[in-house]
Amino acid sequence: MTLKIIASQCTSCSACEPECPNVAITEKNGTFVIDPKKCTECIGHFDAPQCAAVCPVDNTCVIDNAYPRYQAPA
Amino acid sequence: MTSLDVGTAEAVEGVNAAVAMDDVMQKIAEHKGCGTSGGSGKASCGSGAGQGDLPTEIWEKVKNHPCYSEEAHHHYARMHVAVAPACNIQCNYCNRKYDCANESRPGVVSEKLTPEQAAKKVLAVASTIPQMTVLGIAGPGDPLANPEKTFKTFDLISRTAPDIKLCLSTNGLALPDHVDTIAGYNVDHVTITINMIDPEIGAKIYPWVFWKHKRYTGVEAAKLLTDRQLQGLEMLTERGILCKVNSVMIPGINDKHLVEVNKAVKSRGAFLHNIMPLISAPEHGTVFGLNGQRGPSAQELKALQDSCEGEMNMMRHCRQCRADAVGLLGEDRSAEFTTEKIMAMEVDYDLESRKAYQEKVEEERVAKVAAKQEELATLAGAASDIKLLIAVATKGSGLINEHFGHAKEFQVYELSTSGAKFVGHRRVDLYCQGGYGDEDSLETVIRAINDCHAVFVAKIGGCPKNDLIKAGIEPVDQFAHEFIEKSAIAWFKAYLDKVNSGEIEHQERGDAEIRQGALINAA
Repeated sequence: MTLKIIASQCTSCSACEPECPNVAITEKNGTFVIDPKKCTECIGHFDAPQCAAVCPVDNTCVIDNAYPRYQAPA
Repeated sequence: MTSLDVGTAEAVEGVNAAVAMDDVMQKIAEHKGCGTSGGSGKASCGSGAGQGDLPTEIWEKVKNHPCYSEEAHHHYARMHVAVAPACNIQCNYCNRKYDCANESRPGVVSEKLTPEQAAKKVLAVASTIPQMTVLGIAGPGDPLANPEKTFKTFDLISRTAPDIKLCLSTNGLALPDHVDTIAGYNVDHVTITINMIDPEIGAKIYPWVFWKHKRYTGVEAAKLLTDRQLQGLEMLTERGILCKVNSVMIPGINDKHLVEVNKAVKSRGAFLHNIMPLISAPEHGTVFGLNGQRGPSAQELKALQDSCEGEMNMMRHCRQCRADAVGLLGEDRSAEFTTEKIMAMEVDYDLESRKAYQEKVEEERVAKVAAKQEELATLAGAASDIKLLIAVATKGSGLINEHFGHAKEFQVYELSTSGAKFVGHRRVDLYCQGGYGDEDSLETVIRAINDCHAVFVAKIGGCPKNDLIKAGIEPVDQFAHEFIEKSAIAWFKAYLDKVNSGEIEHQERGDAEIRQGALINAA
């Protein structure tokens, strides 16, 4: 599983982009998107996903149930 | 934020930061008042129209800065470039989803710019508006939550337009990390928004802050914020950088507390304190807008400003402008300078013609001050306890040069035997809106200036004239296109004469409303 950004709620403020330890966030068509291949839910980096912690709109950076939970390498 | 601090920040660290610091600090410490002459206590900054008792170094820093000198704001323009969209805290009076071109308040922009676009825009505006002397970065997020974009913009502009003053406005959370970089770019005006020094109160204003990779909430968040703000303020003033403190007055939450804030920031060397009314309407979608938190009335705001004035310089001419505002403080010309338009513009940055224009402006200022002093001299010896407010319709330059029906705002002056003192402004709906709704608009205007005894205009129609008189506000048009302060003093003198002769009886006026809705741009 990774996080995703709900595009309709994204203000495009860019706060999340530099916070991502995996450089998984980029701007596309006016809003920001998370690359599910790169996102690790910040596991191993921080206590909480950074994009969700800095996002000014609640429930905009959320767990994407379309993907399995990230497993930290053993 | 630490991962962002590299690059530009380190490249300029420490440059020029220590130039004659002790000397400047000593001058700031010594200076009492802010270019004012007369008036009770400490008048609002620069309202005395000239250098007054300000040390020359400080005067040089503020004389062309509309946000740091009340007097300068009649003559000089500023612009903000919206290069800093990210923020690191959440405030209950801010909703980042809100974006409307007709809205004038902080945190709102129509489009964000890259540093390169911003630099082009600054040149385009400076070539079109020669009295534009100040470039500020104020958001729409926090400039220091976007340090690379902010400092890149300063870097580009300091190369291409070296005569433009740079300033920034921050919530202060990241400030201590960037003070040396700020000094390195010769940014000598920094505004910090400080709404509390008591974390219990802060918890009611800030739901969270994001610091060192963690979201903090409640009292812990507010404690972190206030510590960082005050530390940043001290670091700036130690380096001789002029600091203005903005505070949002939120009735029932921090209104009484702001007196304590005022003392705290004064003791840490802040130059100017700007207490602004909360902007709060349900349609803004902010926490305060939705929970019905009201803003202060005009009288409540003025009473708080007055009570802090004995302590330090108070700013009363703030228009709480957008993060992409362009023009004199009372106007917004940002629509003339959209990215599309500026990218198509051929820009010829002519430093000499800008200088020539600004010299003209200086002549105008000198004439205005002389006229006021002359008139003030005639008031000498008059003894009266009467203090009253008047509203003025002006397009700038310190003149009564706006038609009543065209005024988007009125400037408010307090008149007493010590002279005319600028004490605020009132935004109003355009009264002339193409022939409909005029009745309602006039009522709006009257509510906005209901605490005034008279309204000075360049021109006014017969109908509104009668309605104003009925509401107890005297329309005054015999000073059309003359200097505001000189005219106000002359009128006040005649008013006192009439009171003394028994022709009229002086009566106190009621309270007035601070307008909350969207600013409607004149066509």
